[in-house]
Amino acid sequence: MTIEINNQPYDLPDDARISLLDFMRERLELFGSKKGCNQGACGACTVLVDGERILSCLALAAQYDGRSVTTIEGVANGDELHPLQALFVENEGMQCGYCTPGQIMSGIALKSELERGAPSNVSADLTVAPRMSRDEIKERLSGNLCRCGAHNGIIDAVAAYVGGEEQ
Amino acid sequence: MNPLTYEKATSSADALERHDGDAAKFLGAGTNLVDLMREGIATPTRLIDVTGLAQGIEEQSDGGLRIGAGVSNTAVADDTTIRAEYPALSRAILAGASAQIRNMATVGGNILQRTRCSYFYDVAGSRCNKRTPGEGCDAIGGFNRAHGILGVSDSCIATHPSDMSVALSLYDAVINVEGDQGTRSIPINDFYVLPGDTPDIENQLNPGELIVSVDLPAPSANRRATYRKVRDRASYAFALVSVAGSLIIEDGLVVDAGISLGGVAPKPWRATEAEAAIVGSPPIEETFRNAAQIALADATTQPGNVFKTELAQRVIVAVLQDLAGDAQ
Repeated sequence: MTIEINNQPYDLPDDARISLLDFMRERLELFGSKKGCNQGACGACTVLVDGERILSCLALAAQYDGRSVTTIEGVANGDELHPLQALFVENEGMQCGYCTPGQIMSGIALKSELERGAPSNVSADLTVAPRMSRDEIKERLSGNLCRCGAHNGIIDAVAAYVGGEEQ
Repeated sequence: MNPLTYEKATSSADALERHDGDAAKFLGAGTNLVDLMREGIATPTRLIDVTGLAQGIEEQSDGGLRIGAGVSNTAVADDTTIRAEYPALSRAILAGASAQIRNMATVGGNILQRTRCSYFYDVAGSRCNKRTPGEGCDAIGGFNRAHGILGVSDSCIATHPSDMSVALSLYDAVINVEGDQGTRSIPINDFYVLPGDTPDIENQLNPGELIVSVDLPAPSANRRATYRKVRDRASYAFALVSVAGSLIIEDGLVVDAGISLGGVAPKPWRATEAEAAIVGSPPIEETFRNAAQIALADATTQPGNVFKTELAQRVIVAVLQDLAGDAQ
């Protein structure tokens, strides 16, 4: 039973109760993914599994045998920030920073979801690829809470990353 | 969480064989079950992972669709056929949870998720007949803004939280299950059972039975359908009221109408009498208002959710008017 996290292979824990989040934080000392609510309400633990965003707090690590996980620790290229990380700095998309790793992982996944034409709850027409707008970004980031009130900066950063037409 | 073992089933037959009694539980993505285990509400000691099974969405020879129970909520909502032919299903899923949870959650797990009644989750501090039969219900007389007004009982006023199931109800979906006694198919509108005196029993599944797929009947020509969800914030919240609605209009008259309600009952609430009252009438506000009153005629409210009767009527009217307008 092995899992790949940021291109490194690890043996999965024997205890099936351990969540992917606890496994990363407590066993691997990967503290980037945050434990906010631990019940799927805040999004601070968001990671990518095979490129798709999930909540690592609700994921039992044992279920992810053979899968490839990307966390906030894995997105930069050495000392060079990931483009979305740099945009969060530029747009002041954080205050306390606690939700930021989850926001950035969500933002990265959101772009690929839009690129494959996935609709959202605010998409007017389901039969065509959604048109990019600020409302689309807000809806697609609704699973990541920020309690400082940095929302506008977060949306600005993700909008700049996603590109396309703005409303 | 109590100690438990984990194993991955290789087929539905393998999963059934591994399920050896009450201590075993089938595991989907765990987006609800993990929470229930942490709270001590679900206490399995053997988890049988069925997420790798039943992955396809396949067109059937009768023109319908078969959706595997292991398909993710995202894959259903994104499917081009479902977006075009069963738009209320795509819309309902997209109105639920967050992108992260929809990526994880399976169709079978969504159908079987438990209520989000806060008294049900409050093991240490609240009485709950669903969690501990016969104990009493602290939601009745408590904070019950989110609770049900149709099909509820003196024992339980909890709602079923699924958006997806409300759309499946509208489309008369059929749930296919496998068990030791073989396979059987249960219409979703018969699948969930009302609480009565036994709110711990929520559906027709027998112990050890596994949902393997969901069938959608062939789409009807000219049928317009959508899903509207009303909640305390614009996104990522459970429904106060939701409506999956559909209309077929020919020569200025409604020839077919569908209404299923979410957020108001222990199951997706199909308003069949209200539907019948619309058929044969012109698609105008008066028709829809009359139907909405019929749909909520038997509502029994609590002080905290008395607003839901009027709200549900308004959402029914709004959804049907939107559909009628689209048809002009």
